[in-house]
Amino acid sequence: MKIGVLALQGDFEKHREKLRELGAEAVEVRSAGELAGVDGLIIPGGESSTMLKLIDYTGLWDSLREFAASKPVFGTCAGAILMASEVTNPGQQSLALLDIAVERNAYGRQIDSHISRLELEDGPVEAVFIRAPVIRRTGPSVRVLASDHGDPVWVEQGMHMAATFHPELTEDGRVHRHFVDKVGSQPK
Amino acid sequence: MYFDEPFRLKVGLAEMLKGGVIMDVTNVEQAVIAENAGACAVMALERVPADIRKEGGVARMANIRIIRDIMGAVSIPVMAKARIGHFTEARVLEALGVDYVDESEVLTPADEEHHIDKRGFKIPFVCGARNLGEALRRIAEGAAMIRTKGEAGSGNIVEAVRHIRTIVKEMRQLTVLGHEELVAESKKLQAPLELVEMVAKTGKLPVPNFSAGGIATPADAALVMQLGAEAVFVGSGIFKSSDPEARAKAIVKAATYYQDPVKLLEASEEVGKAMDGLDIRQLGENELLQTRGW
Repeated sequence: MKIGVLALQGDFEKHREKLRELGAEAVEVRSAGELAGVDGLIIPGGESSTMLKLIDYTGLWDSLREFAASKPVFGTCAGAILMASEVTNPGQQSLALLDIAVERNAYGRQIDSHISRLELEDGPVEAVFIRAPVIRRTGPSVRVLASDHGDPVWVEQGMHMAATFHPELTEDGRVHRHFVDKVGSQPK
Repeated sequence: MYFDEPFRLKVGLAEMLKGGVIMDVTNVEQAVIAENAGACAVMALERVPADIRKEGGVARMANIRIIRDIMGAVSIPVMAKARIGHFTEARVLEALGVDYVDESEVLTPADEEHHIDKRGFKIPFVCGARNLGEALRRIAEGAAMIRTKGEAGSGNIVEAVRHIRTIVKEMRQLTVLGHEELVAESKKLQAPLELVEMVAKTGKLPVPNFSAGGIATPADAALVMQLGAEAVFVGSGIFKSSDPEARAKAIVKAATYYQDPVKLLEASEEVGKAMDGLDIRQLGENELLQTRGW
């Protein structure tokens, strides 16, 4: 099993480290050719508007959509924004892989970035929010895996999932483990 | 001691800027051009370094209205510069809510002995460095991101190359030393042993390591990234060129595809005439910006 990390901009290196700690093979993806060789894709944190421009520049838009039709995608923060079906503050294009509405920079600026402790079934997990978005709406087929102050912060729908925080910036590997398991359970 | 929660949040934003281009802008129009080209952040200032160099006089923190207007116009992070040691300028920028403060040698230093004690702030700081000792001293003071100083406003990459090469080489050297040697190195570098040990263990700075100062072309950006920089700041290089929009886009592409010569060729073909450059050897010692700070 090989998992790709979209390496256009952002903290893709942190995701690769995390996947390696979990024993998964992780590679950087910057082109359609590289995307074709992986079984799952992580869209990292970073600036979503920058990633959108680079997806446009390199013509990766259609390849990403085709990939997501049959293989799992996991987005953190900017990645979650790119996966949403609706984006506000301001509105921007997205891949619409998850039936969620996301508001960018919803907590405010960097001064409002914070660390929370989320309750998961198997114990608390530390969640780092950096200029994070908030999921304002989830569709009926979206399952909420964790919430913070009433807002969903980790969601999944079918084989795809997204987190508005950065599990790649903490020691805990459980969020990534969940994704690795999803990729592993897909039919080849 | 260093990586407490507030500091991890500061470093966290720097992590998000990796692989990106942070562009100097002096008004809303430029900020929008930068964002539309794919900048991952903008640096709001009154004059770009090339103009500061040309016009002389005292360079201070930018007019607050300019910074506020830019913060209102773009959705990407907005940084602003404070003078070295001018902690009240930094407090003003913190109250304004900018996303990063650059304690910058490009502005006229306010204190010739002390840098800002950055740990006491809620907003993160980036500082310039020419070598590993300088980088680690700034981190010890609370900087959450380091950038090479290069020679700002020169359009000449030679100093940024010197600085990134020096830092990377000094880091590599630490990785092969024994502990008693690290103690001696810590003394030589005038930097805390704890930070020296972190570098020795990983071969990397404990915070993101970016490059600035003299980047004018897509190839310049790719060069410093290949030498180990994790993102680039472009100051005068974009808005002092003949083609800011195209150049901004091309440098954004170069920061992503810095290892791909074909993509770099494409990016290089998209740009026109670069800013005029300066031969650093023709500059007097008192004209150098990089020697400010210590």
